[in-house]
Amino acid sequence: METTDIIIKIVLVVIIFAISLVIAMYSTYAERKVAAFFQDRVGPNRAGPWGILQPLADGGKMFLKEEIIPSSASGILFIVGPSLAILTACIGSAVIPWGQKLTIGSTVIDLQVTDINVGILYIFGVVSLGVYGIMIGGWASNNKYSLLGAIRAASQNISYEISMGLSIIALLLVTGSLSLREIAEQQHGFWADGWFTWNVFKQPLGFLIFIVCAFAETNRTPFDLPECETELVGGYHTEYSSMKLGFYLFAEYINMFISSAVMATLYFGGYNFPFMDMINSPNLVTILGVVFLFGKIFMFIFFFMWIRWTIPRFRYDQLMNLGWKGLIPLAIANIVITGVVITFLN
Amino acid sequence: MESLSNKKKVLEVKPLNFMERIYLPAILKGLSITIKHFFRKPVTVRYPEQKREFSENFRGMHSLKRDEEGRERCTACGLCALSCPAEAITMTAAERQKGEEHLYREEKYAAVYEINMLRCIFCGLCEEACPKEAIYLDGDIVPSDMLRKDFIYGKDKLVEAPLNQ
Repeated sequence: METTDIIIKIVLVVIIFAISLVIAMYSTYAERKVAAFFQDRVGPNRAGPWGILQPLADGGKMFLKEEIIPSSASGILFIVGPSLAILTACIGSAVIPWGQKLTIGSTVIDLQVTDINVGILYIFGVVSLGVYGIMIGGWASNNKYSLLGAIRAASQNISYEISMGLSIIALLLVTGSLSLREIAEQQHGFWADGWFTWNVFKQPLGFLIFIVCAFAETNRTPFDLPECETELVGGYHTEYSSMKLGFYLFAEYINMFISSAVMATLYFGGYNFPFMDMINSPNLVTILGVVFLFGKIFMFIFFFMWIRWTIPRFRYDQLMNLGWKGLIPLAIANIVITGVVITFLN
Repeated sequence: MESLSNKKKVLEVKPLNFMERIYLPAILKGLSITIKHFFRKPVTVRYPEQKREFSENFRGMHSLKRDEEGRERCTACGLCALSCPAEAITMTAAERQKGEEHLYREEKYAAVYEINMLRCIFCGLCEEACPKEAIYLDGDIVPSDMLRKDFIYGKDKLVEAPLNQ
């Protein structure tokens, strides 16, 4: 690898890191605004025009709050929890292809940090690590509510990871590749060979299962049992204050952003958009592709929020019933059907 | 047993049928309802800049009225204080001196007139009790303050501004 390549990669990492943090920051603002609109209110509108500086005010407040570590808490693990949560949330973005290649002069910039051939498995690994942050934090707090929240988070993530994985298997039967770049390339354009190229039209059931599991994995309503305020005070972050609490809340929004990006890449064509072949300049296609990808991501983030302000929380037994008796058999059936259809089409 | 009001309704809790168990139709219905609200005009009144209009019979801060010549109407008869259920009103009467005819309408006037705004319940009974039409609750909302003693409003705050002549 040449020096310029390394520099380009480092710059790309920094940019993606900054973008995911800024998007997470403004997701908190968007969440409050969207919630307000859904409830016929106007939302935060005091800090700056339309309250646009609200996230900065929130962040400043978080930093200035008193740092409280309960005397009965386990010192190191109490700090490891939120750090792990935000770390795993941030590193998931490494394998997502943000766009096609950008050519400046003679240098070709690949808008993806790394194109490993097991991209999906990498994301799965990172997502399953994410629950450790919650579990360690909840357990180290030495508080029964935190512990209950942590246990719920762990069992919920384990249950839904299975059906998520199974829904991905059906997708892999279609794509034949684990590399996210290749999956995105296969969905080139919008229409080819008499059918849509985007995977959502080839795997509608798989997408449905995947999105439900994504809600569960990111601990969003209707599956926000780990932090459900009405039963568990604050769930796993009951004992947390100051920026450690901020990290947990932030990690949730980064997770939301990353899972939106993954869903857009796997099922909604990633950076591909209709009529992209009619534009001659490849750089323009790349830039428009990035814009379209972010449009899709924002659409998914909005959908996350839309669901949150529509559906009440599931009861714990309903959650488990849905996961084990509903989604897993459905995902297996989806695999079988996909396999049969592919065999007959060939 | 038949209930007395005859309004009792026995609800049958049936097990969910298939369409209800897959949740999706209900979720879609819910989503369509919330998205309708998303585009609806917000009902918020942005308070300090924007104020909700008061109703016609709104009772706010008291004001002690003057007559058409700019003289204070109040004669310190004490009927308002007597009628006040919250005992918020106190006053001290004084006799009008020679040369003060342009200030006070009758021979007797209130030298001190105080209303404790923390006690006042804005019932409007003082308004009804007043034989001289001297007190009306036609002002704005009583503003907030830091100290209890600052809520005892004297004549400086209550008497209407003098006529401009």
